[in-house]
Amino acid sequence: MSGIVRNKISAFSVQSLQRVGPYALSLRGYSSGAKEMTVRDALNSALDEEMSADPKVFLMGEEVGEYQGAYKVSKGLLEKYGPDRVIDTPVTEAGFAGIGVGAAFYGLKPIVEFMTFNFSMQAIDHIINSAAKSNYMSAGQISVPIVFRGPNGAAAGVAAQHSQCYAAWYGSCPGLKVLAPYLADDARGLLKAVIRDPDPVVFLENELLYSESFPVSSEVLDSSFCLRIGKAKIEKEGTDVTITAYSKMVGHALKAAETLSKEGINAEVINLHSIRPLDRQTINASVRKTNRLVTVEEGFPQHGVGAEICASIVEQSFNYLDAPAERIAGADVPMPYAANLERMALPQVEDIVRATKRACYRSEPRAATA
Amino acid sequence: MSCAFSAVTMAQPNPLTTNRLSTYAIKLPPFLGSTRKLRPHSLSKSLPSPSKSLRSSTSSVSDVVKELKSNLLITKEEGLELYEDMILGRAFEDMCAQMYYRGKMFGFVHLYNGQEAVSTGFIKLLKKDDCVVSTYRDHVHALSKGVTARAVMSELFGKTTGCCRGQGGSMHMFDKEHNVLGGFAFIGEGIPVATGAAFTSLYKRNVLKEAGGNTVTLAFFGDGTCNNGQFYECLNMAALWKLPIVFVVENNLWAIGMSHLRATSDPEIWKKAPAFGMPGVHVDGMDVLKVREVAKESILRARRGEGPTLVECETYRFRGHSLADPDELRDPAEKAHYAKRDPIAAMKKYMIENKLVNESELKAIEKKIDEVVEDAVEFADESPLPPRSQLLGNVFADPKGFGIAPDGTYRCEDPKFTQGTAHV
Repeated sequence: MSGIVRNKISAFSVQSLQRVGPYALSLRGYSSGAKEMTVRDALNSALDEEMSADPKVFLMGEEVGEYQGAYKVSKGLLEKYGPDRVIDTPVTEAGFAGIGVGAAFYGLKPIVEFMTFNFSMQAIDHIINSAAKSNYMSAGQISVPIVFRGPNGAAAGVAAQHSQCYAAWYGSCPGLKVLAPYLADDARGLLKAVIRDPDPVVFLENELLYSESFPVSSEVLDSSFCLRIGKAKIEKEGTDVTITAYSKMVGHALKAAETLSKEGINAEVINLHSIRPLDRQTINASVRKTNRLVTVEEGFPQHGVGAEICASIVEQSFNYLDAPAERIAGADVPMPYAANLERMALPQVEDIVRATKRACYRSEPRAATA
Repeated sequence: MSCAFSAVTMAQPNPLTTNRLSTYAIKLPPFLGSTRKLRPHSLSKSLPSPSKSLRSSTSSVSDVVKELKSNLLITKEEGLELYEDMILGRAFEDMCAQMYYRGKMFGFVHLYNGQEAVSTGFIKLLKKDDCVVSTYRDHVHALSKGVTARAVMSELFGKTTGCCRGQGGSMHMFDKEHNVLGGFAFIGEGIPVATGAAFTSLYKRNVLKEAGGNTVTLAFFGDGTCNNGQFYECLNMAALWKLPIVFVVENNLWAIGMSHLRATSDPEIWKKAPAFGMPGVHVDGMDVLKVREVAKESILRARRGEGPTLVECETYRFRGHSLADPDELRDPAEKAHYAKRDPIAAMKKYMIENKLVNESELKAIEKKIDEVVEDAVEFADESPLPPRSQLLGNVFADPKGFGIAPDGTYRCEDPKFTQGTAHV
């Protein structure tokens, strides 16, 4: 939402702008005319450039070709690369995920799109057993340079079977790399990096973010732009409390940080980027600076990403904690359909603000908002 | 097809006699349990070419054979190669059983005794570039494809000199050099992977414009797998995109203790292929020459770009599902019946009766193979166990995937990582 971006300009001091990085620099100079890009276009351009750079890369999934992509992420690719490289599959996740894995075994670089990651459960045997574990089982002979991508997590009113977040499930599996972008430049840089990566990657996008625009610098638009896998990004520097988040929750965390700054709490927001490998070093360094932690995620709370982050902090930075770590996650229920219930089942900005205040011992009652 | 399904009512197989050529051209052996003899009506009349070419090429095979000096299907060299491969499979698996009971091998071990004709009949026709994808019953597939007995035995012992350095085990035989793409424990898991390898073969020709013909992929799997969804998904896609793959069903009638007839609504698996627009062939899997003939045609079809074939091999495993299976549910009469049809005995009989070889040559081969297997066991015994540093290796092709250590460098750059003592 460009709304966040504009609000952030007023909230930031000049010093923090200097530290945050290229995207903020492009904000400062109105005269330079910051270019904006939607996440969808960012992903599309990344796919386009990687497919043209390496003929072994091909895209396979439901509706990726003639329909231009179920969410239009692969728009224009069929016309450009032809049906040999942009393949519309029948509705058989297990079959085509396995075909992708087999193609990767034998030398190609497939990108397998799941219409949503909920459907990946039909193919999860191939993602875990034949993609993630094969390099190990074959002692390095068979590497699997495959990317499984698609929207993950809740959308708007799509109910229980279309709204689950899979970051925790895939993040626990050795042999996989799991990434979740937020900004357009995250989406572009990380997708390019994972297509070039020789290992199986699960790339968790978010349907509601596809239409959001973010400013991008010319560096991001360069065709060799790649982000590092395994490195988290500090979206907003702060001193009082660390808030970690990934995907859509980064937007919520940034808004919460803005609200909190008005109340005198200077929160540091970390955009995880990489669920596996988790950038424990950045998170721990941040907690050692701020001494408080709030983790935010959309998925189910038990065994979630936040649980792993809290465990990592307890193991490595226990003595630095001034307050118990707070975990914000989706409600421990299958996603309800009714719009107000759905709102209650997902973390909202108010929940992040409340939890952060609790971590700062400025507590408010725990009851959920109506 | 309704009532005659009892496992014991075996139809008589065609014996390996010199009348065999006419037998091939006309009919295939009767399906188990049925009292009718089946015709190879693999496709309906609306799909003319594949079935016609299949049947006509069966007779064209016999035309080719007539050009040879003798009327036989194989030359002496080919016969010896097939015999040696089957003996290797049998001796190796028997040694595995011995080693398991002595405690040198552990976990799940699934032996291939009795099914050697399928592996030898198909895999000996492949080139090095062609791929084989198998299930957990994969030792003999790997051996037939060219992986050394030493490498397979060491892998089974869990030693670092194994084909997967001890990290895969009995059920996960991978060998990149010989294009053995696994070894999968889940049934049906290998079929999409094989279909993907076939897809790659086509892609390399069409998109990457690499020279050379289509490499062919063989997917081996059992009768239980034919009730699994992924199987049908792949039959559909392979036929849709005309992938160079042969689906080989090793129908040994039992999925652990579940009889194929109790588990399947229509037990004739080859009949399922025409529903997807590809030919389905049923062959006697206890006869290596018959399997070889069918394999020749289906591999040629795939290489020519005509698409996939489903070959159902009626075969039998002499031992239980795995070495931990007490094998109590199978009728001893059934086992005895198939023991009489041992592929190795049949091949031996064929070669001797047709004066291709004499006894001493076959004995020499058996002795040689015994030595190979003994040597493999010795080699595996003396090989070292994997070192600790191997534990964290090969999880990723790019080990930076282990992430960043507390000191800010990549974990894989820590020298302790390669020694196996790093904290991850």
